[in-house]
Amino acid sequence: MPIEVKNLTHCYSEGNALKTVALNDVSFTVEDGEFLGIIGHTGSGKSTLVQHLNGLLKPSSGQILIDGEDLNAEKTDRRALRQRIGLVFQYPEYQLFEETVEKDIAFGPKSMKLPEAEIEERVSWALECVHLDRETVGKKSPFELSGGQMRRVAIAGVLAMKPSVLILDEPSAGLDPMGRDAILTMVEELHARDHITILMVSHSMDDMARLATRLLVMSEGKIAAVGTPREIFSQPELLSSIGLDVPEAARLCARLRQEGYDLPADLYRPEELKEHLLRLFGERKEGAGC
Amino acid sequence: MLSNITLGQYYPVDSRVHRLDPRTKLILSIVFIVAVFLAKTWVGYGLLFAFIVLAARLSNVPLKMLFRGLKPLKWILIITFLLNLFFTPGDTVWVSFWVIRITKEAFFQALFYSLRLVFLVIGTSLLTLTTSPVALADAMEILLSPLKVIHFPAHELAMMMTIALRFVPTLLEEADKIMKAQMARGADFESGNLITRAKAMVPLLVPLFVSAFRRASDLAMAMESRCYHGGEGRTRLRVLKFTRNDGIACLVVAALVALLILEGILL
Ligand SMILES: Nc1ncnc2c1ncn2[C@@H]1O[C@H](COP(=O)(O)OP(=O)(O)OP(=O)(O)O)[C@@H](O)[C@H]1O
Ligand SMILES: [Mg+2]
Repeated sequence: MPIEVKNLTHCYSEGNALKTVALNDVSFTVEDGEFLGIIGHTGSGKSTLVQHLNGLLKPSSGQILIDGEDLNAEKTDRRALRQRIGLVFQYPEYQLFEETVEKDIAFGPKSMKLPEAEIEERVSWALECVHLDRETVGKKSPFELSGGQMRRVAIAGVLAMKPSVLILDEPSAGLDPMGRDAILTMVEELHARDHITILMVSHSMDDMARLATRLLVMSEGKIAAVGTPREIFSQPELLSSIGLDVPEAARLCARLRQEGYDLPADLYRPEELKEHLLRLFGERKEGAGC
Repeated sequence: MLSNITLGQYYPVDSRVHRLDPRTKLILSIVFIVAVFLAKTWVGYGLLFAFIVLAARLSNVPLKMLFRGLKPLKWILIITFLLNLFFTPGDTVWVSFWVIRITKEAFFQALFYSLRLVFLVIGTSLLTLTTSPVALADAMEILLSPLKVIHFPAHELAMMMTIALRFVPTLLEEADKIMKAQMARGADFESGNLITRAKAMVPLLVPLFVSAFRRASDLAMAMESRCYHGGEGRTRLRVLKFTRNDGIACLVVAALVALLILEGILL
């Protein structure tokens, strides 16, 4: 289910003094099975962009085509579409409302009018996906859980609709390193195992280096660059000019290159840097030994 | 959805009227309301009209904003006018057919009473257009503080008003966000009959209340950790000051009232 965004522009508070152009002529395509990372400084329009992709916001101008069909056309069933394109908001834990975790996760499938048995199965599956134990938390009130657990329940609530595209807006913001890692591992699994197309907004370049297959860089409502992480992270000047950073590994690599070490310019993953370093220092040792 | 809701109607520009002490404006508005009822003749109305034109010019508020306050009252205005027009006895008949009889006296009385409403609304609109709700709450606190002698909670009342006003836009924004988040999960707020729609509000209201309570407790904690302990001995960052302009404004209004009383006696 490819998503095609064409010349999308969005203005908030159109027609009064507070008018802000949050998106300005944005065009890109999301292919099936990819993991698209969206990065950009605060207020660059990332959240506004992802809310367009399942029809929660209407574009001021431009089009969004899902499977070639215009999302905002009169006849499109946007509610059905939202089940296929799941969106997890920034700080989703604030949207929980049911008495128990299970009921809350069942809210989505229930509104899809699925049979009882199917709903049960999906709740179990979704809880498994987010690594929560149904026995221990299933009957608890969502408000008794920790922040990280609440977030996972909220994500499970979207997963229970079995979307084929999952959009996550800063899923790891405000969590401790372990909580962050748990969420990222979970997203990684959904992408690799369940073949769900993923769009993820994040401020962490290291997370993006680990997961994304393609990156979309936003700046002031426009697309500043699109490309593979390797292409993007090998342009530190571009990134720093719009207030972004490169991953730790890329920074370390650049620093070592400055010191005169012979390393390729486009390393950005810790593993590949490690490999190169081992090779480099291994060679040296041999040389010294002679 | 819930966008573009501005609270109250404060029109944020700079002007001599905006800069007046909110206490002055509050008191003078009350005096103005009394003055409107003092006017008994068209001469008095002329004076009131002149005063409003002067105040509106000095306030830099566009006329459109001033008249906007009349919109919700349009039916009351029309009914007042029509009732007076049809049911006031008079001699000089202008129109007469079937049961309808319109006289000159009735027409002028209808106009007189409707204009009185217009004056009242525009006068008070001028207050709310030129004074921010927070300044108004401040003014109210100070003006009501003598009542503390009889244990009237003036400070607490003003503080509650200020906090409520401060959080209305925040909660609206939050409601908008929660609504979208639930729609992303398949909630449907727009279709169905009254009962299904009321039920559909649960996923919106529960998180909204939870967040309001959380905000309230955070705010209470933040206020206490900055040593808030009620109004006792509290000083102000922005001390309200009575300036020369306030004096002039008071004099102008006093003159208006004096003239209106004179008019009542003489004409
Ligand atoms: N509901 C709204 N009403 C008016 N303006 C808004 C609204 N939401 C966002 N904006 C404005 O639109 C712009 C883009 O906001 P957006 O939330 O999309 O940024 P973001 O990239 O998600 O930022 P962050 O990284 O902080 O989440 C900002 O300038 C913001 O002030
Ligand atoms: Mg955002």
